[in-house]
Amino acid sequence: MLEIDGLTRHFGGTRAVDGVSLRIPDGQMVGVIGRSGAGKSTLLRLINRLVEPTAGSIRFGGRDVSTLRGQALRDWRTGCAMVFQQFNLVQRLDVLTNVLIGRLNHRRGALAHLASLFAHFSAAERATALATLDRFDLLGTALQRADTLSGGQQQRVAICRALMQQPRILLADEPIASLDPQNARVVMDALRQVNRQDGLTVLVNLHHLDTARAYCDRIVAMQQGRVMFDGAPGELTADRVAMIYGVSEAEFHGHAAPLTGSGIAMPAGALA
Amino acid sequence: MSGAVAAQEAAYLSLRRQRRLSTVLGAAIFLACLLTAGWVSEFHPATLAAGVPRIGEYFGRIAPSLEWSKLFSGSGTEGSLAFWFYRLDKWAWLLFETAQMAALATLMGATAALLLAFPAARNLRLPAWAYQGARRLLEATRTVPEIVFALIFVWAFGVGALAGILAIALHTAGALGKLFADAMENIEMRPWEGVRASGGSWLQACRYAVLPAAAPDLLSYALLRFEINLRSASVIGFVGAGGIGEELYNVISFNYYEEISAIILLIILAVMCIDLVSERLRMRIIEVVS
Repeated sequence: MLEIDGLTRHFGGTRAVDGVSLRIPDGQMVGVIGRSGAGKSTLLRLINRLVEPTAGSIRFGGRDVSTLRGQALRDWRTGCAMVFQQFNLVQRLDVLTNVLIGRLNHRRGALAHLASLFAHFSAAERATALATLDRFDLLGTALQRADTLSGGQQQRVAICRALMQQPRILLADEPIASLDPQNARVVMDALRQVNRQDGLTVLVNLHHLDTARAYCDRIVAMQQGRVMFDGAPGELTADRVAMIYGVSEAEFHGHAAPLTGSGIAMPAGALA
Repeated sequence: MSGAVAAQEAAYLSLRRQRRLSTVLGAAIFLACLLTAGWVSEFHPATLAAGVPRIGEYFGRIAPSLEWSKLFSGSGTEGSLAFWFYRLDKWAWLLFETAQMAALATLMGATAALLLAFPAARNLRLPAWAYQGARRLLEATRTVPEIVFALIFVWAFGVGALAGILAIALHTAGALGKLFADAMENIEMRPWEGVRASGGSWLQACRYAVLPAAAPDLLSYALLRFEINLRSASVIGFVGAGGIGEELYNVISFNYYEEISAIILLIILAVMCIDLVSERLRMRIIEVVS
């Protein structure tokens, strides 16, 4: 269980995240929606501790993780893997090494740490990495440089890297915002698979309500740093959207809305 | 409408007037500074005019007396190439030693520079004391000229190549370290965030997110530095720090005119060779790495 209480982050005068409280049980797939600047991204970065909270607390399994330092902080970060909008892979390294970066914090002691600087990974780790790549149809790309891959492939490599961390939670910050509809669907399917098969809690930031409705068990809608809606996809009706954002759903998505409708259709029986 | 257009035109004209004025003013200030600098440093045109012919005279003295008919005769015949370069074997060895000094010093300096560049890169956000410490240390080592370091090391370790190598390495560490740190500050920070977010330590992020991105630049700077160091190694022998410089200093002080020209010619040839080869090598390596 991930418990967030009164989580707040100020950037100068603006409150990016403003008193957010959430209870997220293990194994849930949560879609966080909202327009640009609603604070979705900051919320996820706060959880991974890439950003320090101004106030509030984050607890996981009863333990306060918002004040961790040093090795304990790195362990927490390993436990809640992050996937980014721009993939954040090391472009000039091969795919396999990029995936193995997820193992860096799994070595203990100064000597093992030193060995990790010389790209020394065990045969078992390589085998797991290759198997994970194979699971997402990327085995053939293992020795290619990351920058030779398409956006959709890179995002799946990033998911593989995240899985190598053996996390409890997967945070995905706008994972499909830079992808075309076809690739967006493949990546969302991968996230759902991770949630269902590996039992990971998934928090995914999304721009589009339809995508969130199609893939998530629960939707959290944010506006100006605050949570305006928190419930099942079915409860987020057009009227509720209009109430929260003061505009209709079509207007919420704006003119350029390539991922709605047929572009990212719900997989058959995905919610069954 | 036309009123607004006219107003923009007027604004444009006044802006142009202003820019011209500041250009003229800037040029005037620059000229004044230039004249002051020349006056303070005693760069008098009269002295220049008097001295220039003497430079020609010196070159006339060190020029070898070659004769066409004997050009390819043995080293015993005056006027032949072999006579001019009669100690070619010794000089070639000294040149080789000089190149080795430069190579070793570059390697040592670049290693130190690499280690110091990570703390000296602002975007890698080490605590202020580490950043300031690394930056100031790099500054200190690169502001002091190699020849001063060489004098100190000759005093400490005695006459020989070791002093020269250490002196050049120290200066190289400072000069390269700054360039390395600047190259690291220019990298894309997303991979860094990726490594950190997955629980990687600062060192691991340096290794996996910074080094691969900066590597082509670092390599290019290091190879360029090798060329510069070859020139440095050629003169550092003047203070007894090894290499061909020592020999050059000796023949200059003893006025062995023909030998001066022979050695200078050799150094120029060697530097040219290294320049050509290393330029090719640099391009090739950068192509492979990137």
